[in-house]
Amino acid sequence: MEAISDNWDLYFRSFGYTVALFVIASVLSMIFGTILCALRVGPVKIMRAAATTYVTLVRNTPLVIVFAFFTFASPMFGLTFNFLDVHIGKFDFTEAFGAAVVSLTLYTSTFVCEALRSGINSVPLGQAEAARAVGLTFGGTMTQVVLPQAIRASVPPLASVQIAMLKNTSVAAAFGILEAVAQMRRFTNNFSSQRTEIFIFFALGYILLVLLLSFAASRLEKRWQVA
Amino acid sequence: MRLRKAFAATAVSLIAATGLVACGDAGDDAEDGVKVEAKDDCDDKFEAGSRMAELADAGKINVGHKDDQPGLGFEGATDDRPSGFDIEVAKLLIADLCIDPESDSVNWEVTISDNREPFLEQGKVDLVLASYSITDDRRLKVGQAGPYLVTGQQLLVKADSDVDSIDDLKGKEVCSVTGSTSIERIDEKGAKGVGFDSYSECVAKVLDGTVEGMSTDGTILAGFAAENEGQLKVVGDTFSTENIGVGYSKAEPEMCAWINDVLTASFEDGGWAKAFEITLGPSGVEVPDPPALDPCA
Repeated sequence: MEAISDNWDLYFRSFGYTVALFVIASVLSMIFGTILCALRVGPVKIMRAAATTYVTLVRNTPLVIVFAFFTFASPMFGLTFNFLDVHIGKFDFTEAFGAAVVSLTLYTSTFVCEALRSGINSVPLGQAEAARAVGLTFGGTMTQVVLPQAIRASVPPLASVQIAMLKNTSVAAAFGILEAVAQMRRFTNNFSSQRTEIFIFFALGYILLVLLLSFAASRLEKRWQVA
Repeated sequence: MRLRKAFAATAVSLIAATGLVACGDAGDDAEDGVKVEAKDDCDDKFEAGSRMAELADAGKINVGHKDDQPGLGFEGATDDRPSGFDIEVAKLLIADLCIDPESDSVNWEVTISDNREPFLEQGKVDLVLASYSITDDRRLKVGQAGPYLVTGQQLLVKADSDVDSIDDLKGKEVCSVTGSTSIERIDEKGAKGVGFDSYSECVAKVLDGTVEGMSTDGTILAGFAAENEGQLKVVGDTFSTENIGVGYSKAEPEMCAWINDVLTASFEDGGWAKAFEITLGPSGVEVPDPPALDPCA
């Protein structure tokens, strides 16, 4: 027990990195995922094809490979995140963090896109036709009529996608970021006699974060419920 | 061309990530190990009922080792067996049980840092020789005999770097393996420890300039410096003392005295020095005096 109780600061700091990774990648993946989705259902054939190819490729690639690409391969042809050098208090956001955010964002966006698309498919076709009939452009149809309804229908699958992403941040442990799982491994290495307690405490941390997220999602779902 | 390089790099890093490090010519070392003959006097050497007697009777043993530390414990993708100093010491112990260290009676099990204690506790391996630092906390869970090697943490940097000690890297990022003792020491010295899954990945990040240096036991660094000659160098004095020992199960305390006996014998007959010379010698490390063994509790 001392492993954690003597080191609460390290414990919370590691979950701080987990949350930071999650929040940034979550926002970016929602934005990029929505754009991807709009491209996938849009009227321009080449964009549809490009977005479909991207989603198919990235969604079917294991996250570890995406991480490995941005950590080990992309620097070889000059794509690095060296410009990132932000230090806030005891938190350092440097190259590894940039690579992790990009990996998580690109990967999660594809799932966001598919979750939204399932929502769009739940909006009756007549809605879009009606929107066009009153003279709305594609952009107008999407932002005024289709997406607001689609997002409501997509809240549960989007919440699942984001919950999965929160847990996926743990992959960053192997790529130079001292987030919760990396810190857990430091603890188990230094205090191998307290393995069980350490595992339980880190599992509890994740459970708590996911519960908060599920709670927020269910509130949102209720608030946006239509009749 | 650049793209092809990138694909190759992804492939290499993925292979590294799964623990099958394929590194150039390092595989040749496998044949260079000392030929250790199995003893044949096991009939009444060990006390009946002891773990050593059981192992000698069974003629089979499971040994935990590392596979990504050139010079200490290394196994290339095409190697039949691991090689390195840890492995040479393991061979001495195996041979003393009248088991042929070169035969298939020995099951070499890869033990990453995280699973050394669990593997010993679950009986998945009988011995662990995996750059296993002796610590008080580890001794609460498992037995650790030795040390058979005393090393200390140093710094590995690019060959053209001006850095010559860890003190030059205050506030800079220095990598090592996630969850290793080395990272704690890096932090204590004022640098920022960054963890990767394996040493080879950490070396890759030093080579591409993402991190300023890598730090862990000098013996491990020397192996990597030798492998990347002209690109990397080991600098600075050691800033920690690691006593590398042999792990065994706490349920079998009789193994401690036996391990110490075998180690003492090899210190005296030169087997230990020979093992050191052929595995760590090529990276420029002088053969030290054998360390003093901890008494068995």
